[in-house]
Amino acid sequence: MEEETEALEEMERELEEMRECYRSGRTMEASWRKSQLKGLLRLLREREEEIFRALHQDLGKHPAEAYRDEIGSLIKSVNYALDGLKRWMSGNKAKLPRIALLTTAKILPEPLGLVLVISSWNFPIGLSLEPLIGALAAGNAVVLKPSELAPECSSLLANAIPYYLDDKAVKVIQGGPGIGERLLHKKWDKIFFTGSARIGRKVIAAAAEHLTPVTLELGGKCPAVIDTLSSSFDRKVAVQRVLGAKFSFSAGQACIGVDYVLVEKKFSSALVELMKVVMKKMFGESPRESQSVARIVNKHHFLRLRSLLLDPLVKSSIVYGGSMDEESLFIEPTILMDPPLQAAIMMDEIFGPLLPIVTLNKIEDSIEFINSRPKPLAIYVFTKDEPLRRSMVSKTSSGSIVFNDAIIQYLADTLPFGGIGESGMGRYHGKFSFDTFSHQKAVVRRSFLVDFWFRFPPWNDHKLQLFRSSYHYDYLGIVLTVLGLKRTNRASKGI
Amino acid sequence: MAGEDKKQQPFDSKAASSLVAELRGAFASGTTRSYQWRESQLRGLLRMTDEHEQDIVAALRSDLGKPELESVLYEAAMLRNSCKFALKELQRWMMPEKVKTSLTTFPSSAEIVSEPLGVVLIISAWNYPYLLSLDPVVGAIAAGNAVVLKPSEIAPATSALLAKLLGEYMDSSSIRVVEGAVPETTALLEQKWDKIFYTGNGRVGRIVMAAAAKHLTPVVLELGGKSPVVVDSGINLQIACRRIIVGKWGNNNGQACIASDYIITTKDLAPKLVDVLKNELETFYGKNPLESKDLSRIVNSDHFTRLTKLLDEDKVSKKVVYGGERDPTKLQIAPTILLDVPRDSLIMNEEIFGPLLPILTVDKLEESFDIINSGAKPLAAYIFTNDKKLKEHFVNNVSAGGLVVNDTTVHLAVHALPFGGVGESGIGAYHGKFSFDAFSHKKAVVYRSFMGDAAIRYPPYTNGKLRLMKALLGGSILGILRALFGRS
Repeated sequence: MEEETEALEEMERELEEMRECYRSGRTMEASWRKSQLKGLLRLLREREEEIFRALHQDLGKHPAEAYRDEIGSLIKSVNYALDGLKRWMSGNKAKLPRIALLTTAKILPEPLGLVLVISSWNFPIGLSLEPLIGALAAGNAVVLKPSELAPECSSLLANAIPYYLDDKAVKVIQGGPGIGERLLHKKWDKIFFTGSARIGRKVIAAAAEHLTPVTLELGGKCPAVIDTLSSSFDRKVAVQRVLGAKFSFSAGQACIGVDYVLVEKKFSSALVELMKVVMKKMFGESPRESQSVARIVNKHHFLRLRSLLLDPLVKSSIVYGGSMDEESLFIEPTILMDPPLQAAIMMDEIFGPLLPIVTLNKIEDSIEFINSRPKPLAIYVFTKDEPLRRSMVSKTSSGSIVFNDAIIQYLADTLPFGGIGESGMGRYHGKFSFDTFSHQKAVVRRSFLVDFWFRFPPWNDHKLQLFRSSYHYDYLGIVLTVLGLKRTNRASKGI
Repeated sequence: MAGEDKKQQPFDSKAASSLVAELRGAFASGTTRSYQWRESQLRGLLRMTDEHEQDIVAALRSDLGKPELESVLYEAAMLRNSCKFALKELQRWMMPEKVKTSLTTFPSSAEIVSEPLGVVLIISAWNYPYLLSLDPVVGAIAAGNAVVLKPSEIAPATSALLAKLLGEYMDSSSIRVVEGAVPETTALLEQKWDKIFYTGNGRVGRIVMAAAAKHLTPVVLELGGKSPVVVDSGINLQIACRRIIVGKWGNNNGQACIASDYIITTKDLAPKLVDVLKNELETFYGKNPLESKDLSRIVNSDHFTRLTKLLDEDKVSKKVVYGGERDPTKLQIAPTILLDVPRDSLIMNEEIFGPLLPILTVDKLEESFDIINSGAKPLAAYIFTNDKKLKEHFVNNVSAGGLVVNDTTVHLAVHALPFGGVGESGIGAYHGKFSFDAFSHKKAVVYRSFMGDAAIRYPPYTNGKLRLMKALLGGSILGILRALFGRS
């Protein structure tokens, strides 16, 4: 108990030091922000081998996956931030009506202060550092709490960050749910959380105590709607992209991975046959030996996924794969055809290498299917049909919607990345990261030289009329009234 | 007739739940999404305000004793402007925003599409009860949502007027008013909304956010704080004082979230400042301000008691240098200035929201920034100075929702500026396009062709693919060429 209190006091001391550091103004300087971003670049380049090793240990990822999804993506994002930093920091002039003589208005971004970034285990380096880029570019002091479920990566970050970044303003605090809980009850100027909706609710409830703004990057069941495609080239590409998006991104443990597929009955068997061919090509006869499929992060999730297949009706719907090895925490890429919709595999976010295919009478039915479920982080639609495209965009709601591909929206610096409803709130990437960690401060400068004398009491009809005119930017009206040439109008009719 | 029904049936959880279900049905039908619907509703609000301006003025006089000019200007005219601006810009706001795509996502095109959030709840405040109810509604409608408005019960005449008028002028399948107090608000807050927009104080703000947390509902909280005014020497003191006065007492008698809460000035300047303030106050409100028709009254006896308590605290009661008179029968307190109040007094530790203006004095004006930054971040902060360095220091170092140099409160009227707080003064912002954005989901849409795939994307993973990937993500054409041809 005493140890508890001591640990809590130590944490509070550390945080107070960081707030002091922030108050000193150091992190506001453009030079500081640049140096931190460059530090991140150096970290990513110099520690590349270590990162590959840690990701392989925590998740069984091949370096190609690790580079594509984490290191490479981060390097791109840091360079984008370095490129835009000066522009982003300078804010925007706001347009004023002509009547606002000798007045200027501008929106000036400023850092929020001391922010907390909580990341998840499936892209443990990427999801820790991507928000960090935004927080640092925006001039904040940052505490990063990486996921304890990816312990090698968490250690790596805890060791490397103090070496490459300003250790008075950027700290890594490692630990499990206990530490997470303690951190959540402190006062932050922003909390950025990536993880499940269940914990997301806890985060925002804790934030409410201090009126702390939050960004929650959650998940959901991201569907891939595959229209009946006539060209065999298109079919092959669609299948490659869907299977790649499901199985080759952390073995399906990805918030924007494909969760399940929707397809017309008449196309479904051709689709499955094509999928089997492509699966063999991607993962070979023995996927476990292929080194191209990450493993399940831990026993808890392995057992969770295994139990999804226990239901005999679900088990009998397996059309490809299905084998599992508990010791190596490996689950073979598996495809299922029309498992029961009430089964857990169709109700919860799968977050694993199991791909259910749901058949519909017409592809347009997919709209209702998707809309009767919580809003997902992403919807993927493979089609060349214009009317279907337009319907999908206007009739469904999701964080993002991608046509004829999946997951690539993650790499687009110019697109906001975030959820809606159960899949989250807020967004980041590119300039959106900078904005999410900034306060957009309105600044108006006035001169002493110009005032409308009718601004001031005592009030009378004359002044009222002048105000009516100014609010309508009716300059002629103002002049006439001032000159006494316009009658005051007390009518309650519109003006 | 609707009012009578309400008296008989309490608005409880069940009623709230079926109200939301009804509006969800309306939203799902797609009615609120069309440009025509949004435009017609905004025009409805405009007509409503035009045709009933005198009713609005009367309701505000009844609820707050608000002078007609303030009602016309700060509530009716501002709401009209909001509607007109939205009507003018709506088509543009509704259009998707095309964005550039890069090498890593080539070939593709992308855009950001604004879509309505769904069914939203707007809870408004009592001090500008017409404006603060309908201004957010303008944004919600412009963005294509179905809306439930809960006006403040502390301004009952305006609340009743809004319920009546919105029922007459708006599409009641998608826009509703729920009147009531804590029980009704609690019932509403239990429901799942797609957004909650709250204007009021920090205590209730926390309750709103905690309720929203259960449903992962995003919120906008327009709260308050102690908005300071820093006054430097070497300025036109008369103009500065007029602007301070009209921003404080000319705004609902100080009961406004962005009214100047307190002044910080140098010990040297303070006596002169007080003199000029006294003169100008007398010019505006006469020798007997309790009788002046140009001042709102204190809204109710609770707030009257709260304010007199601030005034009568031992530490400050002797610091009154002007005013201090009060009339409990009229619920009126005269414009009051206090000089050199202690930092630990009640009046310096809560948002005043009334006609009392304490002045803090410092040796050097630079000290004022530390004072301001040591407290909670306010909704607004003001400075009167001609010193360029001081201006820059202020703008760059004082954190508040919005800042104004050489005036107070005017930023409220600028559509192109986001209006909102930071820290304790709030979350999110609105006005102009920011209102539209606050009630929209910005959906990323990417269009890819079936062409342009690279084998490197897919397993089996090899070192060759790794090299090429590095080059691609690094964005260097040379690197890509090298990798393609097997060298790295």
